[in-house]
Amino acid sequence: MTATAASSSATILPFAEPAARSGRDARPLRLITCGSVDDGKSTLIGRLLWDTKAVKEDQAATLARDSGQQNDLGLPDFALLLDGLQAEREQGITIDVAYRYFATDRRSFIVADTPGHEQYTRNMATGASTADLAILLADARAGLLEQTRRHATIAALMGIRQFVLAVNKFDLVNYDKAIFDQISHDFRELALSLGVRQVTAIPMSALKGENVVYASEGAMPWYQGPTLIEALELATTRSTQTGGFRLPVQRVARPGESFRGYQGTVAGGAIKPGDSVAILPSGTIANVKQIVTFDLVRNAAVAGDAITLVLDRQVDVARGDMIVSIDGPPMTGTGFDAQIVALQPGGIEPGKRYWLKSGSRRQRVTVEPVSQLELSSGKWQPHASTLAMNAIGKVHLAFEEQAIFDTYEQNRATGAFILIDPDTLNTVAGGMITAKRADLGGIHLEGQRVLLSLPADLAEQIMASELFAARRNEVEIRRLSGKQATDLLSDTGEND
Amino acid sequence: MPLSAQETEIKNPPVSKPPLDPHLKALENEAIHIFREVAAEFEKPVMLYSIGKDSSVLLHLARKAFYPGRVPFPLLHVDTTWKFKEMIEFRDEIAEKYDLDLVVHTNPRGKAEGITPFTHGSAFYTDIMKTEALKQALDAGGYDAAFGGARRDEEASRAKERIYSFRTPDHKWDPRNQRPELWNVYNGMIKKGESVRAFPLSNWTEVDIWRYIQAEDIPLVPLYYAAERPYVERDGMMILAEDPRLQLLPGETVQHGSIRFRTLGCFPLTGAIRSTASNLEEVIAELEIATVSERQGRAIDRDQSGSMEKKKREGYF
Ligand SMILES: Nc1nc2c(ncn2[C@@H]2O[C@H](COP(=O)(O)OP(=O)(O)O)[C@@H](O)[C@H]2O)c(=O)[nH]1
Repeated sequence: MTATAASSSATILPFAEPAARSGRDARPLRLITCGSVDDGKSTLIGRLLWDTKAVKEDQAATLARDSGQQNDLGLPDFALLLDGLQAEREQGITIDVAYRYFATDRRSFIVADTPGHEQYTRNMATGASTADLAILLADARAGLLEQTRRHATIAALMGIRQFVLAVNKFDLVNYDKAIFDQISHDFRELALSLGVRQVTAIPMSALKGENVVYASEGAMPWYQGPTLIEALELATTRSTQTGGFRLPVQRVARPGESFRGYQGTVAGGAIKPGDSVAILPSGTIANVKQIVTFDLVRNAAVAGDAITLVLDRQVDVARGDMIVSIDGPPMTGTGFDAQIVALQPGGIEPGKRYWLKSGSRRQRVTVEPVSQLELSSGKWQPHASTLAMNAIGKVHLAFEEQAIFDTYEQNRATGAFILIDPDTLNTVAGGMITAKRADLGGIHLEGQRVLLSLPADLAEQIMASELFAARRNEVEIRRLSGKQATDLLSDTGEND
Repeated sequence: MPLSAQETEIKNPPVSKPPLDPHLKALENEAIHIFREVAAEFEKPVMLYSIGKDSSVLLHLARKAFYPGRVPFPLLHVDTTWKFKEMIEFRDEIAEKYDLDLVVHTNPRGKAEGITPFTHGSAFYTDIMKTEALKQALDAGGYDAAFGGARRDEEASRAKERIYSFRTPDHKWDPRNQRPELWNVYNGMIKKGESVRAFPLSNWTEVDIWRYIQAEDIPLVPLYYAAERPYVERDGMMILAEDPRLQLLPGETVQHGSIRFRTLGCFPLTGAIRSTASNLEEVIAELEIATVSERQGRAIDRDQSGSMEKKKREGYF
């Protein structure tokens, strides 16, 4: 978790020391840009690339040749620089996520450039999944739009906790401070309602390059805050070093008789030789003997490191297992709650068996939709049928074997998953774990719940009643044969 | 099971290098993660090895990813027979030194039909000797995953490329219909005949590549460093003039000057730049003030700006 400043505005601190020229002292900051069509997103990204000198001369020349036109400031039409694919260029729309790279002396940046149009929720979700920060664009003349709320909602849902509001086209509103104050106030309210407290609003003109990389010269004397690039340089990258140790095992390396190492990328916490770990789902305990990397045998590894772990005893570990710290292990079970974004035209169907991949673990799952997010209002509406493409839903996940997760809130690596359609093998949803459900299909052993076994027709009648509909969220329904139910119940007895 | 091979590796560099800066470390970690994931999920991966700087970085990362084991898949070099001589020497040395399985493939049509970059034009030649040759080699090997060193910052059509780039059984890439890729959870499920190209260097920029080569002391083909070399000016490019197959056209003369190459490919299609940067430090210094992107020296990109995308759809790497 990033340290969140207590006050919503005081997120920008003076930077102590510039990084050494030869090495950047920070990980690349990943960000996503969101805006409605014509807010100036292409112009802004183009401006960032241009002013940080990421556009090379020959690319600019190709651009000038292809566009044949320049804007009034003699700069090329940046949108052409960004739209990489011919088909899109012909149609004049951007339809997918493109990645852009630029850097300052202090830090490098990876921008996921996603289209603003509403039906492309899926692209935004894709771009946001890896982002540390979201830049939301607003046209100073129009203020916040419903579209801005949608984008902010998706960004927050995907776990982004730092927003920059780029109030663009300020040159067209006479650099009026009152307009900025109003929009930034509205935005702060919006962000807070989504649980995002790190918010910076910046008045700018992407076209003229004011407050993007260079401060505006005299046009906005009332603005004392950072330029966009300063805000980005100071943003934090996500770190999952605080929770318990997590190593999803990608490979078991056995190059010779004597060596057996478990290879993977540390997905949380830290580890050192001598630490005790558990292997999930088996629960076997062992101690860490060595952390092997190509360079040196290391005395510690932290989140993000790609390592090979050697344990002190022969244990059974396979790809898809997770090696974790003994204190603060993740949740294991066969039932979880999650939020998902449906990514493909077929949507996500209730009861269908999908593949779920999380970390290196792939297993079978069925999905029961519970509710759907109405993006215009930010409200969750009951919804138990197919989640259509671009829908964001709350769902119950039922696994056939033990699954291992943290909540996405706690760990973005071990709380995230994708769903794969078993027929097309395409990626059909991205999802985030919100909680564990009690095992065995929703029988809450400790809670005030009963398990009823009803004839299907009677169940249907009850489910059609108003009282039932109002509390649909609290109910878990499984259609089982008598044999399955018997097995289920006998298991319950054993676990009790 | 060459035990001796890993033991040489274990003894390899006990000299501690200064740790990578967090930026390069993050890129390295990501690449290693991708290597391991592909190696675990696919039945028969292969690494496309073009001998250039990006391939050299890719190979170095592969060695790191699987250490202390050896690289668990072969390297494939599509040899057009028109590569720089120094490239081929370097390739063979590296394969020997690191105990790699090297597969070299040349499209037999080149010889049979006398297809050369001089006689057939760069577009046709590239199509046959690179694109078609690559497909032949991938089909022959039955590879279901191929690592490549492409970077998204290289060219506009690559900005939307996935890390796992899905290919149909006839190696086609459909930019309109790519799988969404969220977090670092890659979907490695494919049907028989389909394959993926995996790009561990997707998020690297040219400067990152050079800084990593420096930090990790990765050997490169010497052509990347400036030296006095003979060249001929043709179509606005400086072409290395040492291969006897290069015939001077009327009016052309062999000149000498301090030149180097920013990318390496087939010598008749790869232009040199004037430079005095004869070592890594100087190359990086030159790069940091450079205003011309690295693909500029390549004839293949210049016909029209959509040309790379067209080639990719057809199966060019
Ligand atoms: N006056 C002014 N015009 C701008 C500014 N930023 C963008 N524009 C113009 O707004 C239009 C839409 O910009 P574009 O970047 O294509 O928007 P996108 O659809 O969000 O990518 C173009 O005509 C731009 O030149 C700005 O800061 N000031």
